[in-house]
Amino acid sequence: MSHTIDPASTPAETAAGRLRSGAVGRAGRPPVRRPPGAAAADLWHAVPWTLPALILIFGVVLFPAGYMIFNSTRKISVAGVDHGSVGFDNYATVLARPELPGILVNTLVWVVSVVVITVVISLALAQFLNKNFPGRQWVRMAILVPWAASVVMTTTVFVYGLDPFYGIINKFLVDVHILAEPFGFTKEPVPAFLSSVAIAVFVSLPFTTYTLLAGLAGIPGDMLEAAKMDGAGAVRTYFGVTLPNLRNAIALASLINIINVFNSLPILKLMTGSIPGYKADTTTTYVFKLLQGEQRIDLSSALSVINFLIVLVVVALYLWIVKPMKDVS
Amino acid sequence: MTAPAPTLVAPVQPQSPKRRHSQRRFTGRVIGRMIAGLIIALIFVIPYLIMLIGSFKSRFNILTVPPTYFPTQWHPENYLTMWSTPETPLPENLISTIVISVFATALVLLVCVPAAYYTARFRFPGRGVFLFLVIVTQMLQPTVLATGLFKEMVALGLNDTWLAMILINAAFNLAFAIWIMHNFFAGVPKEVDEAAQLDGAGKWTVLFRVQLPLVWPGIVTAIIYTFVASWNEFAASLVILSTDANQPLSVALTKFVGQYDAAWQYVFAVSVVAIIPVVVLFMLIEKRLVGGLTQGSVK
Repeated sequence: MSHTIDPASTPAETAAGRLRSGAVGRAGRPPVRRPPGAAAADLWHAVPWTLPALILIFGVVLFPAGYMIFNSTRKISVAGVDHGSVGFDNYATVLARPELPGILVNTLVWVVSVVVITVVISLALAQFLNKNFPGRQWVRMAILVPWAASVVMTTTVFVYGLDPFYGIINKFLVDVHILAEPFGFTKEPVPAFLSSVAIAVFVSLPFTTYTLLAGLAGIPGDMLEAAKMDGAGAVRTYFGVTLPNLRNAIALASLINIINVFNSLPILKLMTGSIPGYKADTTTTYVFKLLQGEQRIDLSSALSVINFLIVLVVVALYLWIVKPMKDVS
Repeated sequence: MTAPAPTLVAPVQPQSPKRRHSQRRFTGRVIGRMIAGLIIALIFVIPYLIMLIGSFKSRFNILTVPPTYFPTQWHPENYLTMWSTPETPLPENLISTIVISVFATALVLLVCVPAAYYTARFRFPGRGVFLFLVIVTQMLQPTVLATGLFKEMVALGLNDTWLAMILINAAFNLAFAIWIMHNFFAGVPKEVDEAAQLDGAGKWTVLFRVQLPLVWPGIVTAIIYTFVASWNEFAASLVILSTDANQPLSVALTKFVGQYDAAWQYVFAVSVVAIIPVVVLFMLIEKRLVGGLTQGSVK
């Protein structure tokens, strides 16, 4: 972890842009005795360094967001021809779809269950991996694997393994007498959805555990020592000292997970995609069904805009709770 | 970020401070932890072991009812025959994955090194706004904007091209890269720059000659992270790349799933080939991964 080293500031000003002056300085406040027009010059000198990044952000992130909002108010034929504005009709159409209430419930269950289960398991995993034992580094490396591997590829193993006929996970569950006979996990909406929750937890654990481990590493050892001195037991120390100090790490991991899980497409697409109907869909998988199955760009744009607004609310929470900008100024 | 030897090792009998080995003694507690660690490690790699073992089964063997845990006969030639499977042109899919990931990573590097350096070193009007945009971008993913990206690429005539996916992967990974490099640049003492500037070096010279050798761990982290994320990207590729040969492996493999007699052995063999390099890359930057994602907020 690199800490921002801000040595005592010197008024070193180069012709273009001035060196960062001290961590206490507030962004945007001009220092004393700066000639008029210096701010404009600073901005001008920053252009070649930051413009390419800005072009990418505007062209490939912000513009498509705006374009999507625009398209959500148009009537667009299956062939992609724009037939003019229809106001908010697409929103009304999407929201009036009979399958939508179920999809919204699914989305809520999906996000809440995956994130809560992930964070709880990760807290235990991080606590364990924070202890010293030979081979700990190997365990950390093993946990990294699902993070690096493609979620599509990871999910294919489960689609195959949970098959009631040739699936190897089914066979294992029967062999250890958890199941009496192979079960069609991927054949009915509810079991397929619940299995997908388990897979989503599995692929979310690495990032979450690593984030919480970083949080644990940041808790001062003497704080835990002091708790022990005061005669606090392991449980008391954990809930009284460790957990409160992990607050920021938990908030961060939860918010990033909420966005990732909400946006997750491949797991449900592969696990439940062959089941007819919308009983195992979230708003994200539904967008792709509207876009690719029904070829309705206007409707999928309207639903995507709703999804986008939900994501923005989470981003706002992230900015408010985690305060990632606090190191910036 | 390296977890230091934790100080909260469970209450042990007072040790003699002279013996450094005493910590390493295989007490019952430590052995218990090692066993628990082994079980946890196994749980995390078992899906990939199933993949690896399955990739050696014959097509008949992998669809046998009831299944066998291990191949009745090992078929390493799957790794050669898979390239001509009829479901999807796998050689083209692999090339597509490589081209998109390599160029997206190169673009990220080109765009992010100057931005990260400048925002870490200099103040200018709009710097806060720029970094705010970067943070917001980091929280967005192609999935939620896929519909807009698709229409944009159609309008630009870039639909179904590698270029579209290179731009998309670069744009959505730029935030991580800028952050991790920004942190590294900010960690280099300013005097280093000043000394070089006194010698008459311009800002670009300082960046390339003086800074880059000092911050390379941050750059390597950004390169690997972007490469792996582009390698695994799925949602945008799914809607934008419609031609079989243009699709990356992540999209191509979905075509096997749901088939009556899917060639799982090929799905797994391709996956093994595609997963091993990115896992190795991720392990190289394991210690620094969280730093770029959390912007120091869990310190």
